Amino acid sequence: MRTRDFLNLTGTSLIAHRMRSFLTSLGISVGIAAVVLLTSIGEGLHQFVLSEFTQFGTTLISINPGKTTTSGANVGGFGTERPLTIEDSEALKRLPYARAVVPLVQGNAEVEADNRRRRTTIYGSGSEWPEAYNMRVKSGRFLPEDDPVAPRAFAVLGSKLRQELFGERNPLGQRITIGGSRYRVIGVMESKGTVLGFDLDDTVYIPAARALSLFNKDTLFQIDVMYEEGTTVDTVVDGIKSLLEARHDREDVTITTQQQMLDVLGSVLDVLTFAVAAIGGISLLVGAIGIVTIMTIAINERTNEIGLLRALGARQSQVLSLFLGEAIVLAAVGGLSGLVLGIGIAQLLHLALPALPVHTPVIYVLLAEAVAVVIGLLAGVLPARRAALLDPVEALRSE
Amino acid sequence: MIELAEIHRDFLVGDQVVHALDDVTMTIESGEYVSIMGPSGSGKSTLLNLLGLLDRPTSGVYCLNGQDVTSLSDIEQAQVRNREIGFVFQMFHLVPRLTAAENVELPLILAGMLPERRKTKVADVLEDLGLADRSHHKPDQLSGGQRQRVAIARATVTEPRVLLADEPTGNLDHKSGTDVIRILEQLNERGITLIMVTHDPEMGQRARRQLRMIDGRLHSDVLNSDHVHHGNEAS
Repeated sequence: MRTRDFLNLTGTSLIAHRMRSFLTSLGISVGIAAVVLLTSIGEGLHQFVLSEFTQFGTTLISINPGKTTTSGANVGGFGTERPLTIEDSEALKRLPYARAVVPLVQGNAEVEADNRRRRTTIYGSGSEWPEAYNMRVKSGRFLPEDDPVAPRAFAVLGSKLRQELFGERNPLGQRITIGGSRYRVIGVMESKGTVLGFDLDDTVYIPAARALSLFNKDTLFQIDVMYEEGTTVDTVVDGIKSLLEARHDREDVTITTQQQMLDVLGSVLDVLTFAVAAIGGISLLVGAIGIVTIMTIAINERTNEIGLLRALGARQSQVLSLFLGEAIVLAAVGGLSGLVLGIGIAQLLHLALPALPVHTPVIYVLLAEAVAVVIGLLAGVLPARRAALLDPVEALRSE
Repeated sequence: MIELAEIHRDFLVGDQVVHALDDVTMTIESGEYVSIMGPSGSGKSTLLNLLGLLDRPTSGVYCLNGQDVTSLSDIEQAQVRNREIGFVFQMFHLVPRLTAAENVELPLILAGMLPERRKTKVADVLEDLGLADRSHHKPDQLSGGQRQRVAIARATVTEPRVLLADEPTGNLDHKSGTDVIRILEQLNERGITLIMVTHDPEMGQRARRQLRMIDGRLHSDVLNSDHVHHGNEAS
């Protein structure tokens, strides 16, 4: 049988039962639309989170005190490891490829200016913070390069904190009190917004050594090293490792590269996308059951026709492919309309909620359509096989 | 051209074996006009299905044109049905969603014939049967007689050598039935072997050779010298 005739025959029988074919395709359509929509949102979220992370550049390495085999901060300062100190941070600055080295102490404290008080996040840091984190100073300047151990009491405000404490007044040169100690405001940062839930504008930056004493700690929370592009990450990690090992007599820090973080994050997000796709897949399964049902009914109704086709010289394989073809066309048409539906809804959602990132990769689209066809094939196989194996005499006799 | 030797066809009904065909041996020459009569359940339809390769004998040999067709595979049998045999059924068995012309075209489509050749053949055979103006009608827009003529057109469009008709007039009124029989007989006159199952004696007796089946056996095989049909009889 010629392909065109095959398609013609398949088409006429589907068109003869328009409503039924439409509803059966709709089942697949809804399933594919759900899969496409959910993966679009999942993938959009994926890209959104990754871009949030990579805005700081991909050449960051963070060093945390305490040796852990999995990545993450150490649980407490009770181990035998030595604290990560400001001196360590200074030593790291001498590594040839280190572009910026930023010690970090983080905590909460009350900030007071005139009569206004606000509890906010304190970042104890160093002069290279803006470079490492790709942030800009709006007015004044950032913390200067100073004596790392006994720096002057300067503070730089986040834009929101500045607004809260000083309103429209110029904060530069003003005195503020942080946890009981007095600081002079020397700069205000540009607004950076919220990154992964952290409001980087509701903060104040003070020298790391002062933050250590403010929070009464002896170890830095973290040291971030930004290395020159063009240097391999392994070289840098090895350099940091051997330097700190020499200073601490053993390896007692955890080094996490941005790349590792991205990899971990990426795999988590992949699982997420896969999970939502699987939820959509359930509705596809329901659609597949619809096809099996309709094809079974169709074959019962058309038993006569099957007998006739055999009498006219149709081979079993031709009967099989005719019915299989119908199932596949049903699924493929449903799949296509589902794609249009899914992508359409995704884009509408994006228009309605611009904050919701939506992205539909082409490969998912192709994959979804392929899945629809395979579903048609699988759903059609059993009924079509039954049709092909019918005894022609019995089939012709049936009412 | 048709040779049956010791054909048996057993069916299992419940746990009882029913001998639908019990040791049938016969020969039908090319161009013959044969009617098969007998009470219902006598095996005449089974015999016809077997001749049409829709059924296989439990034992025995069936030679069609000198070829043992009982041992052919499904694919080969389908090909023989498509090329050598035409079926006409009591229930017409037209595909309701296809037009008359499309119904007639079906066996040619299955054979993989090119569309242009198909169209001419279909048009010719419909013209021949006086259905040219009905070719774009669906079966439900046709009368019973017209439907059966479409079915005959479909059975003959492949130019088979054997035409098997199972109660072709069973669902028709007397006039249409007679029309259909005349058409079949004309086809026979042009050389096609016509084998017709009927329980209507009036129809059956028109055939030159009349087989009578009882309980799966060939009860009588009469050459009717006195038949109504006056064609160019085989010697």
